[in-house]
Amino acid sequence: MSIDTAPTVSATSLDATSSAATRRDILRRLLMTLGPILVALVIAGCILLAVGVDPLAYYGYVLEKGLLSPLGIQQTLTRMAPLLFLAAGLIVAFRAGMWNLGGDGQFLLGAVTAAASAPVLVQILPAWLALVCSFLIAMAVAMIWSLVPALLRAYQGVNEIITTLMMTFLGTSLANVLVKLVFRDPGTTVPQTRTLPVEDRLPRLFDTTITSGLLLGLAAIIIVHLVMTRTAFGLKLRIVGANPRAAVHAGLGVPGLTIAVFAISAGLAGLAGAVDIIGVQGNVRADWNPAYGLAVIPAVFLARMNGFAAIGFVFLLSVLSIGGESAARRLGVPNHFTLVLVSIVLIVLALAEYVDHRYNQSRKA
Amino acid sequence: MTGLFSEVFLSALLFGAVTAAIPLLLAGLGEQMSEKAGVLNIGIEGMMLAGAYLGFVGAFYSGSLWLGFLTGIAGGVAVAAIMALLCVRIGLNQIVIGIALTLGLEGLTALLHHFQFSRSYPRLPAADATVIPLLSDIPIVGPAFFKHHLIVYLAVALVFGMTYLYRRTQLGLNLQAAGDKPAALDVAGIDVMRTRTIAVLTTGAMAGLGGAYLANVGAGLFIPFITNGAGFLGIVLAMLARGRPVWVLFGALLFGVCLSLTTAMQVAGINIPTDVIQMLPFLAVMIMLVLFGRRASLPAALGIPYERGAR
Repeated sequence: MSIDTAPTVSATSLDATSSAATRRDILRRLLMTLGPILVALVIAGCILLAVGVDPLAYYGYVLEKGLLSPLGIQQTLTRMAPLLFLAAGLIVAFRAGMWNLGGDGQFLLGAVTAAASAPVLVQILPAWLALVCSFLIAMAVAMIWSLVPALLRAYQGVNEIITTLMMTFLGTSLANVLVKLVFRDPGTTVPQTRTLPVEDRLPRLFDTTITSGLLLGLAAIIIVHLVMTRTAFGLKLRIVGANPRAAVHAGLGVPGLTIAVFAISAGLAGLAGAVDIIGVQGNVRADWNPAYGLAVIPAVFLARMNGFAAIGFVFLLSVLSIGGESAARRLGVPNHFTLVLVSIVLIVLALAEYVDHRYNQSRKA
Repeated sequence: MTGLFSEVFLSALLFGAVTAAIPLLLAGLGEQMSEKAGVLNIGIEGMMLAGAYLGFVGAFYSGSLWLGFLTGIAGGVAVAAIMALLCVRIGLNQIVIGIALTLGLEGLTALLHHFQFSRSYPRLPAADATVIPLLSDIPIVGPAFFKHHLIVYLAVALVFGMTYLYRRTQLGLNLQAAGDKPAALDVAGIDVMRTRTIAVLTTGAMAGLGGAYLANVGAGLFIPFITNGAGFLGIVLAMLARGRPVWVLFGALLFGVCLSLTTAMQVAGINIPTDVIQMLPFLAVMIMLVLFGRRASLPAALGIPYERGAR
């Protein structure tokens, strides 16, 4: 398995001494991000033209609803909260060389347990304590869910891509079973969990509709980034990721660290589910699966597992998904076009990074 | 009880199991070839969707199932060509491109379906079965296994073809080397890029055929997201099979039985959420892994793009 550890240095640009060089570097990075997005928009625009939709009108709506209108930007920032937690979890796993592709299962189980516990707990505990407890329960459940792949990888060497993928299929079904059979709200005809009253959900920020989960998500990803880059624990995990055999010879307890990585990664995915439910949705409907994980995985790779860069990519994803939903509704295009747009953006960004890399290499040579 | 375990019911259950297993088998065999050659092909779900959509379009407009299979294969190969170009030739990250292709094809096929078929939801006529004489007269097993479309028998034959390819041919050895030690293959004078490209394109063809079978024979129509994770199941099967095509066949049949059981339970009116039954194959495999979990024997260079002279 390949593990990309080299870019950690380039992302922090230690060698840029003068501020002018730093500014040029930032400008170049900005150009290398915005340029490809523009190219991707043009390619996706051609597809829109082909199916008979005015691309300019579509992008106009995306920009307006996803970024510029007050309500739209608030929705975008709210959408970011769960994505940030998921990205944080993936950063830990990928930097440690563990391919946790089971984020969606862990997310859904976290969401369901949060949805099941919060409405009950708010009746017996003070509101803030109830929310903290359901966050912790969601985290614990997701952690336990990841224990099987973790133990298999740590002590049996079973490849975690298979096990986490299977656990995500299992987890999605289990979440549905829990909603339909165990935690079902008897008061509704559609199978869903009890709804958490709006006043008991996570507070909104100031006078806006933005969930305070956004701040939690930002905190989570920044803490993860700092732990991975600035602490001994993070260094240990990165060594395990770079070369597990060398890690053994360096005296690191690789099995224990492996289990820790899975626990942290899955715990953060569980928190992502909880923050989406307690902050925004209020309940889980049967067969609800937003499949955030699938879009976040490539975004984390493109961010080179850098927490700050990941925030940027998550913001981009949120703008596209919120703006795309509303543009699709207004122009009568199915919402599926957002998937196409995200996919083209990802591919062109990956290509641009390659071109940039080759350009740098040829300049050095 | 009589209704549930009657002869007719059992053979229908097994017939459904085979029908459900064929797309998984083709996806698993395809993924296995990519992985052997060192390419982790996460875009296989997208390739299946392209195959399902184009396969349906081809069969619908031409009226010929075989032409549908051909267009399905073409669809899978087209997506695989993008993957080969980006991940093998240029060496971009296989997970990023794989997931991006899957997302893109999910969106694109759903979009095209919306503009073309969402008003009419056309269906194909039921596929003609090739009845194998004598064998199909065996009770229960006969109608379940020997009354399928010709492509089913070809897919099963492909398992043995693959075994032969890996065990007995130069190309098989080259594929293995491309995944285990590409530099050695390069030194031996074989083009690594070419070997891996062949593997990825073949994967695309098989995944496309699997998708086309799913839409044209299995369902008789195309609906958005019709593959519903079959490609990911193919990845799981390929990894569990540890390089052996026959194990992919067994695994695909196991999952096929469980998928077929879900439908059968619904028909029989048994009041368990289908999710419970959908969990069964995964539970079975996880339990097997917990009990007999052994070190995975994945190719050493899996997921690493090859760059000549790189250290």
